[in-house]
Amino acid sequence: MGSTHTNECGSSSRRESGPWAWLNHRTGLDDLLRSALDEPIPGGARFAYIFGSGLLFIFISQVITGIFLALYYVPSADHAHTTVAYITKAVTAGSFLRSLHAYGASAMVIVLFLHLSQTYIYGSYKGRRELLWLSGCVLFGLVLAMAFTGYLLPWDQRAYFATAVGTNAISEVPWIGESLKRLVRGGTDMGTLTISRFFVAHVFFVPACIFALVASHIFLFRKAGAAGPVNEDPYHPKQDVELFYPRQVLMDLSLTALLIAGLGLLCFFVPMQLGPPANPADAQYVPRPEWYYLPIFQWLKYWHGSAAIIGVLVIPTLLVLAVLALPFMDRSVERRPWKRPVAMAAYAFVVFSLVGLGLRSQYLDRHDPGVAQQLAKQKAEEAEYASKPFEPELSSASLTAENATLADPLAAKGKTLFEGQSCNACHGDGGVGTAAAPPLVGVKAKFSPDQLAELFKHPTAKMNAGGMPPIDLPPDDLKALIAYVESLK
Amino acid sequence: MFEGAADSESATAKPSPSVTSLKSRRSFLGVLLGLGSLVVGALLAVPLIRFSLFPLLRRTTELKGSPVGEISAFSQLSEPAMRTIQIEQVDGWRKAVSEKAVYVTKDGQGQLRVLTSICPHLGCTVPWNKEKKQFVCPCHGATFAADGTRVSGPSLRGMDTLETSVQDGQLVVRFQYFRQLVSDKEVIG
Repeated sequence: MGSTHTNECGSSSRRESGPWAWLNHRTGLDDLLRSALDEPIPGGARFAYIFGSGLLFIFISQVITGIFLALYYVPSADHAHTTVAYITKAVTAGSFLRSLHAYGASAMVIVLFLHLSQTYIYGSYKGRRELLWLSGCVLFGLVLAMAFTGYLLPWDQRAYFATAVGTNAISEVPWIGESLKRLVRGGTDMGTLTISRFFVAHVFFVPACIFALVASHIFLFRKAGAAGPVNEDPYHPKQDVELFYPRQVLMDLSLTALLIAGLGLLCFFVPMQLGPPANPADAQYVPRPEWYYLPIFQWLKYWHGSAAIIGVLVIPTLLVLAVLALPFMDRSVERRPWKRPVAMAAYAFVVFSLVGLGLRSQYLDRHDPGVAQQLAKQKAEEAEYASKPFEPELSSASLTAENATLADPLAAKGKTLFEGQSCNACHGDGGVGTAAAPPLVGVKAKFSPDQLAELFKHPTAKMNAGGMPPIDLPPDDLKALIAYVESLK
Repeated sequence: MFEGAADSESATAKPSPSVTSLKSRRSFLGVLLGLGSLVVGALLAVPLIRFSLFPLLRRTTELKGSPVGEISAFSQLSEPAMRTIQIEQVDGWRKAVSEKAVYVTKDGQGQLRVLTSICPHLGCTVPWNKEKKQFVCPCHGATFAADGTRVSGPSLRGMDTLETSVQDGQLVVRFQYFRQLVSDKEVIG
């Protein structure tokens, strides 16, 4: 097959021998590259078409930065915040990479909105492009799911409370709401299982779905062909075609360059901040979601009590269904926006509503003195936490932590004796046991204090054989030692 | 699919005389774009490389020196004084703190010396015996002089000295473990 192509396309652009020809002969890379680059665009290249590949670029960037962040991140309520603090404060380029990943999510939502708007305004969903539109809609949902699940992972105040509110909204779903919320959270309250669930969704499940859908989205796009400008027939394009390469590629690359430069400068000069660790007991905290969730956040405020079902479930479901059904309902071949007043009015209405809701939320926050004050305080706390150097987390095996729990002075004296008599040499610090001697943790359940005293003074033959010497201590000291050994948990 | 694309390319109404120059222009652009992507890609890889090489460039595990006490407090030392030190061991984003007993004593020249309380025989904690003016290990009876040198018993060497330094008037010690049952001091961690 390769040889026929060489004949067809002429040999001027192809080398007949050498490593490239060998590789090409084995892989068909040249054909692949050609079919990718020689995509015909009716009506020629335009800047309006650049958003799809921009999305692909950000997605790849998110995958790469995400993989690298996982080098240091630990998804558990105990360690999540410490490890993210380690990334931002200690690891070289960590703050930059984390910012790239976090701001990348916002960039993704923005470019996704532009891509969707272009498709809608240009009527590019028309003409046997129903599945292409549907796969795009599902991808939109998946990107929002990525943003929602990823937001929790740093487990700082902002993430914790925003997700608490977000998951609370789920319980508004009739009948199964409460169970659904528990399923998402992995329990009644937010906790370490919530992080596990969100992490698995964010890192394995949703990305796998995105990979599959991006592949089918691109496949369906190439199958249907580029729709071209608004005056083109969506079924049978008639205008002169221009190939994707080189002009459209250059236009697409200009957006990529803009994204790289914009995100790079933003991440370098205004890195994403990490707030203080989540404190579920903080009753003062005023949660606010990320900007792209503000319209929904504001919208939910208007619905209370029995009417909540309408606002939380019925209207959003109808809206989503209307969007999904769009290419099935709108069967006309007319693509020019000025000839589609209803569609354009609907678009303007939705966009203005979203922007209006978002602005309203901001306005209310700024004009409620209590909220504004608390939000300013939270911001100051974030800045203060961000300016502190990284403090490693005290591991649970640390002895100072154990000492703190020894409230009983008798047991505390016993601990000194335990170490002074070298009991810890064989039984381990804190009686955890070593290869030389068994653990003493939990002996309280097996022996009474009198039995222990007897064993200490007169070890059994088996204990003797293991190297346990008889303990010769004054009665008070023996009592303290027994109190300590019994306190071991 | 490729055939279709090739057909459409030839049917694109591109003037035929310039096809060759167009091809060469396109391949020149291709090389330029390839090089450009390579440079930008390399640039973008810099933070990724720095991020992943962090453990190579910086110590991510370390044992910090532990303060024993004010150096002036030990000037009038007449016999070994037991002090509990806190050892802070940093391991990436976490740290473990443990406590160890050490003895501050003086060597033959009257210089301060810090001994670990771990017996070099089999690792028991060695107490100071005020009556005998010796360290006597409770496990197997090894005895050591006030400066830690071996006197009698099963131990093959004297008590182990620890590296010390003075920082801001504080005696700071670097705690280490040594191999037991050998005659020469050998660090194991």
